Amino acid sequence: MTWYDSFLQQLVDGLVLGSFYALVALGYTMVFGVIKLLNFAHGDLYMTGAFAGFGGLSLVSGFLGAGWLGIFVAMLLAMLAVGCLGVVIERVAYHPMLGAPRLSILITALAVSLVLQNAALALTGGQYTAFSTDLGFGGISLGNLFLSYNQIVLVAAAAVLMIALELFVSKTLYGRAMRAVSIDKDMCRMMGINVSAVIAVTFFIGSGLAAAAGTMAGAYYGSIWYFMGFLIGLKAFTAAVIGGIGSITGAMLGGLILGLLESFGTHIPFIGSEWKDVFTFSILILVLVFKPTGLLGKSEVERM
Amino acid sequence: MIQTIDQTDAPAVGSRPGKVRLGIRDVEAFYGQIQALRGVSLDVHEGEIVTLLGSNGAGKSTTLKTISGLVRVQRGEVQLEGESIARLAAHEIARRGVVHVPEGRRILRGLTVKENLELGAFTVKDSGLRRQRLDEVYALFPILHERRHQDGSLLSGGQQQMLAMGRALMHGPSVMLLDEPSMGLAPKLVTDIMRIIKRLNEAGTTILLVEQNARLGLRLAHYAYVIENGEIRMQGAAAELRQDESIVKAYLGVGE
Repeated sequence: MTWYDSFLQQLVDGLVLGSFYALVALGYTMVFGVIKLLNFAHGDLYMTGAFAGFGGLSLVSGFLGAGWLGIFVAMLLAMLAVGCLGVVIERVAYHPMLGAPRLSILITALAVSLVLQNAALALTGGQYTAFSTDLGFGGISLGNLFLSYNQIVLVAAAAVLMIALELFVSKTLYGRAMRAVSIDKDMCRMMGINVSAVIAVTFFIGSGLAAAAGTMAGAYYGSIWYFMGFLIGLKAFTAAVIGGIGSITGAMLGGLILGLLESFGTHIPFIGSEWKDVFTFSILILVLVFKPTGLLGKSEVERM
Repeated sequence: MIQTIDQTDAPAVGSRPGKVRLGIRDVEAFYGQIQALRGVSLDVHEGEIVTLLGSNGAGKSTTLKTISGLVRVQRGEVQLEGESIARLAAHEIARRGVVHVPEGRRILRGLTVKENLELGAFTVKDSGLRRQRLDEVYALFPILHERRHQDGSLLSGGQQQMLAMGRALMHGPSVMLLDEPSMGLAPKLVTDIMRIIKRLNEAGTTILLVEQNARLGLRLAHYAYVIENGEIRMQGAAAELRQDESIVKAYLGVGE
């Protein structure tokens, strides 16, 4: 394997990893946008999404099979279910806290995270669950570079979801209202926008995207467990910070950049894959020190 | 006829044309423990410009916020065309046509002029009507058309005021609540804005105008109320109040 092939292989691995990070980071950044909350339960929605996708696949695999179609339908079911769960969480846990100090709602988010994790722990007994599919291991060989179909479909699916979101937010009136809510809620109310409904829709979309990522990750890696959301939650947070928290394009960019950095960074001599997480969170610290607003974020002017 | 009143439940005086579009009765509102409005009553008739005058902290902006639902009505009644809106959520009140152009304009930062305007018509479901209103607003404020692709928050103060009013017009308001549209503007621009308000009114928009500059408010309005310490102290036809410098000075302390 030449240096060049190895470079391309890292690029592909980085894009796959980055797609997961980007999808999860989007939910982080959207929720932060509308209610200024770092939703630390967001990684657990990804985990819940993986289990919902698993459940969905068991439901539909009987007649749709466990191939692309079955997984696609399972993913849609998981997005719907976890999207609704996200809305319920917002209503029950966060909405009553919106007037409270920021720290209270942050602690609430940690509590929600614990509830989801422990619910999954109780239901699965902490065991890994095999997420078996009929996807196989086919792919395309380009010289020494191997692209599996799974990787291609996964990156493409993530891209479609992200482009759809970007179009929704920038082109539709409702998407604009969502941006407007993140800027000035009272002004939105004065224009007749139902701010609570916009917040609910934001949670639905953000949670749905996390569930899509969870299902795809389950199908891709082949196993899921109750703790799988913890690390990716933190990494998606890192990705959102890299891109500029609150910025949707930034979250996509930050996710991809983080995926690529991890993929390449762990191949720098003396930095083996066991240093991967150290590497990631060092980047988080560097960004926070040198460019706290991230790549595309704007500095927030606190209004009196 | 000018009336100085102690108790605020007095009915509107003088002969005013049209039906009452917006009526508020004995409204009390609080910020925490502090009572900001101590029983405010006023009427805005169809087709009128009514001005609410008063010094800083008298309760002018609070009155508007109470009408538009941003501040809760603790006691009292707010009615739009005879129907109570006092207990509705702010966005519901806006949907019924009470459109508040707030102090400081509150242009949505990061959104273009056009996007700001389109959001003003968020409740208008008919996209043809939205487009038609957009054309009307552009005709009224050609500068907004010229700048339509720029970030709205980067416009000058006067242009932002036009954008804020244009955004309200997009909604097709039944009553427009204007909070200090002249604030922070150069005298020439103040005159422009005042002319525009006059024109909007002549085109049929009913307006409740809050002004710190009493002379300005009285020049534009048909009818005026003076608020002090959260209570209406005086009301009358603007033309009559305008004549009586001493009363205006006593209550508003304006020398200009």
